[in-house]
Formats: sequence, structure tokens, C-alpha cells
Amino acid sequence: MASESELNAGIEDGVRRRDFINIAAVSFAGVGAVAVVLPLVNQMNPSADVLALSSTEIDISAIQPGQAIKTSWRKQPVFVRNLVAKEIAEAKAVPLGDLRDPQTIDERTKPGKENWLITLGVCTHLGCVPLGAAEGENRGDFGGYFCPCHGSHYDTAARIRKGPAPKNLVVPPYEFTSDTVVTIG
Amino acid sequence: MSFPWAKNYEPQQPLMKWLDEKLPLPRLVYNAIGAGYPVPRNLNYFWNFGVLAGAALAIQIITGIVLAMHYAANATVAFNSVEHIMRDVNAGWFIRYAHMNGASMFFIVVYLHIFRGLYYGSYKAPREMVWLLGVVIFLLMMATAFMGYVLPWGQMSFWGAQVITGFFSAIPIVGEPVREWLLGGFVPDNATLNRFFSLHYLLPFVILGVVILHIWALHIPGSNNPTGIEVKDEQDTVPFHPYYTAKDGFGLGIFLLIFVALTFFSPNALGHADNYIPANSLSTPAHIVPEWYFLPFYAILKAFTFNFLWIDAKLWGVIAMFGSIALLFFLPWLDSSPVKSSTYRPLYRIFFWILVVDVFLLGWCGMQPAEQPWVILSQLGAIYYFAHFLVILPIVSRIERPLPMPNSITEAVLAKHADTSSAATA
Repeated sequence: MASESELNAGIEDGVRRRDFINIAAVSFAGVGAVAVVLPLVNQMNPSADVLALSSTEIDISAIQPGQAIKTSWRKQPVFVRNLVAKEIAEAKAVPLGDLRDPQTIDERTKPGKENWLITLGVCTHLGCVPLGAAEGENRGDFGGYFCPCHGSHYDTAARIRKGPAPKNLVVPPYEFTSDTVVTIG
Repeated sequence: MSFPWAKNYEPQQPLMKWLDEKLPLPRLVYNAIGAGYPVPRNLNYFWNFGVLAGAALAIQIITGIVLAMHYAANATVAFNSVEHIMRDVNAGWFIRYAHMNGASMFFIVVYLHIFRGLYYGSYKAPREMVWLLGVVIFLLMMATAFMGYVLPWGQMSFWGAQVITGFFSAIPIVGEPVREWLLGGFVPDNATLNRFFSLHYLLPFVILGVVILHIWALHIPGSNNPTGIEVKDEQDTVPFHPYYTAKDGFGLGIFLLIFVALTFFSPNALGHADNYIPANSLSTPAHIVPEWYFLPFYAILKAFTFNFLWIDAKLWGVIAMFGSIALLFFLPWLDSSPVKSSTYRPLYRIFFWILVVDVFLLGWCGMQPAEQPWVILSQLGAIYYFAHFLVILPIVSRIERPLPMPNSITEAVLAKHADTSSAATA
């Protein structure tokens, strides 16, 4: 056992050597613990093979006006829709102030290709696939898409109009590699 | 701790004496669920459900360990491995159906256990910690049941995982990264299935640990009883064994009868046909419904269809749904009435029964598509649910005038006995 005088040796302003050793040891162990926790948490993030997102090419030549197709990119559904003039006009007629997530149809399509509406088929509420891409499916109150899970209605520019979803359907990064081929990703 | 008159463990056999000196495990059991635990003499059958919940947990762990010997947690083969269990594994169909329906039975008895706690004021001082640990167990059960439902990798499994993990994307800014972290991808996939299997195997043992804490915390003040009056002396109690081991044994028999009837005669009655379709990330079932035990909470989630203040509808729904359970943590302090049992609380009793009806209404709405009149009904139901705990309960517990109460459990029992015997002679 160390005597009282030994324990108090080197006291300056009420700080003992032992205090320094305690704090240093606990801090070092703490840094070590964090260094171990980081990979344990990070292992749950998407792995390299999941992140290696291939781009998807879509041939749109067969999609007639008024029709839509469902395809997939990064395992997520993608809707490609050939809008008719009436649907574009309907989308343009809506005042931006009425929209929950205000965006014009021009911002959601490529210049000169505004009849091609390309969005993810993932409802921005809780991720269901909305209906309306296939023939005869319910397109909701605004003629676009309708999510059956919790009743979100999207319009002909796939903008949220009614129901719990907070955002418009997401427009993925894509470009027209030719008049009939679109590359997503 | 126990009451001073609790019986003492006195092993007679040399082997048990030896064991008691080295590792007093039999003593622990004796004092916890044996003759060494004095329990109020007037418990009714609602007090069976704690033991039944323990039995249900045991059934789930045993059937689950066996199922894990045959199941393959890989997105390409998971669905087929479940069918392999159903068709090829010896008695596999029985074990899987027992596990499926065992989950439902677990929730049924736990809901009745919670009902008992609410009706007889078991959550109040001195049993707040018992209640808090109970809510923790309930949350763990919900997480475990959800992840278990994902494992067969059917359509409901996949879309349930998509919707539930979607809750986290409602969190501002970090929501989407959190969701991707939980899923290990952009949609539920192999990474998701693997981690859910790992956690689904782990969590029941965590539940078991919290159950032990729950019982430990209960044994400090001892069990509540239908009068809500605390035990005053020895004549208010009887030893747990043989009195309540017998009563619980009877209840366990009834529980098992219902359980096997469900398992053998209508094993899929509480499930969804869609989950026998393999998962397809490109097609959502027309109508996504969670398992029945989540329906009231699902209805609260769906009740928010409009933005309110600066928070959007999606985040409101998620906050309300988690809030509806988190609220239970504050219950012991929201209800300030010193009277525990509803028997002596005429006003609280009325609102309590309205709450029970309200939860059934929410459950019904949770099953329905997101259309009128279900949306407005779930909105009204959600408002009442929150109003009950946050407004009605604090007010009622202050203004209510309780009915006259007996002085002790024994007095209540004898008065009841006098009533029935005088009625019999008349």
C-alpha cells in the first residue's frame, strides 16, 4: 500500500498523478472502443457489389403515346411513360402554388422530349410501387399514378397531389443516347 | 425481497442441501415461482396471462431454433427453403405452423396482459418499473415479429420490409442514408434478409433477459390484485405454489387447446395469401396489410394524410405511430389517481372501455384500403387514442371521486363471499 504522502506526491493545483493516469487510460480505451465500433456499424451500409450500379439501357421505340412501361434500375422499378398532348397540357395547367412539391413538367423531362416522363416507380411515402404504368391499372384522381398502399395520387407529371407522400416521384439521372434509346444511371 | 411471512426454502435431501450451498438455484426458483413467493389470495384469471406470455415465448424459441436448422437466409433460396420445410422436412409443416401461430398467440396473451395492467392499474407505483420493462418487451416483440415475417421472402415479407424501413426515410436529412444503412442496399435484398435473420435469432434471447428483469422488478413489491389494494398481512396472501401454479396450469391448458386448434384446423387464418407468392421487387400487392397485431398502429400511421405545421404528412404518421407506443412509457405519471383498480374508479372505467373500443376500431381501419370513410375513422380513432392518455386521463385522475374501498384484500374477499352466500340462502 502506498502511504498518504506517496499518493499525494506531485500534487499541483489539487491534481494528482493518479488522476492523469486514470483519465489517460480511460480516454485511450474509449478511442479504441470507437475505432472498433466504426467498422461494426459501417458493415451494415450497402456493400461494394450493391453500390456498383450498372446503368440500364431502355429501348423506348415501342411505347405508343399514352402507354407506359415498367423496367428496373438498381433493382428499383422505373416507369417510362409516353405522355399524350392532353396530359402535358393538364400538367402545365396546374398552378405551382397548388403543388406540395412544386416543379414544372419541363423541370421533370428533357428539353424537346417533354412527352417522355421517366421516374422511379417508388412511392415517396413508404416505397411501394404505384399503379398506373400498366394497361388498365388505376391511375388515381389526377390521371398519373396511384399508390394503393396508403392512397397517394400522382398527376401526369408524376407529382404528388393527394395522400401522404411528401415528394414527387423521383426522376433518376438519365439521357437520350439516341431518339429511341434512353440510358439510366 | 419478499414479505416477512414468506416460506423459507429448506432442502431435505442431501443432494439439494449440497446444491443449495454451492449454487442456490433451486432456492431462486422456490422464491420466484414456488411456495416462497406469497401472492394476493384474490387473483382472477386475468393474472394468468403473464405465465402464458412466458409459455408463448418458450414455444417460439423452441420452434424457432428447430426451424433455423432447415431455413436458408438467402434471397434466392429463402422462399423455397420455407416450402422445403412445409413439404419435405419431417413434421416441418407442424413446426412452422406452430411458430407462425405461436407468434399470434404470443401477441394475444400479451395484449390481454396489457389490458389487465391497464384495467387494474398495475402500472402505478410501486410497480412503475415492472410496467416500463413490459413496454420494452412489447417493443422488442414487435421488432422480432416484424423481422420474422420478412424471412419467408414472400410478397408481404418483401413489401412489409420496404414499408417499415421506409418509416426511417421520413427522418429529415439523415432519413434516406439511415434507411440504406438498415437495408444494406436501396431495396430490401439479400443483405437485408441476412441481417434480419441474425437479429430475429438474437432478439428472443434479449426478450428473455428483459422478462427476467420484469419478474425481478415485480417481486420487489409483489403482484397487484383485482382490488388494487396492497397486501397488508399474511392472511391477504397465499403461496404461489401450489395455489397459482394450479390456477396457471389450468389457464395453460386452455391456452394450448386454442393454440393447437388454430395450428391444426386453420393455420393460415391469421396470415395473408400474398405471402405464398415469392418476393417481387417490381410489383406491389394490391393491398399491403401488416400482421393483425400491428393493425391499430398501422391505422394511426395511415391517419395522417395532410401536412400540418412545418412537418409533412409522412413524418407525422411515423411520429404518431411510434408516439402511440412511446406514450405508454409515461403512463404511470399521466395517471395521478392513487386508486389502482377500475372497480373503484367509475369515471376512468367508462373512458377505459371507450379506449378498448377505439383500439378495435383502429385495428379494423388498419385492415381497410386508404379510402373514405376509413381515413376519417382512423383520424378520429387516432385523436381519441392520444386524447385518452394526454388529456382525459390526467383530468379524470384529478376530478374523479372513487367508490368506497375495503380496508384490505381479505375484507374485500370476505364481503364478496358474504354476498354470494346470502344470495344463495335467499
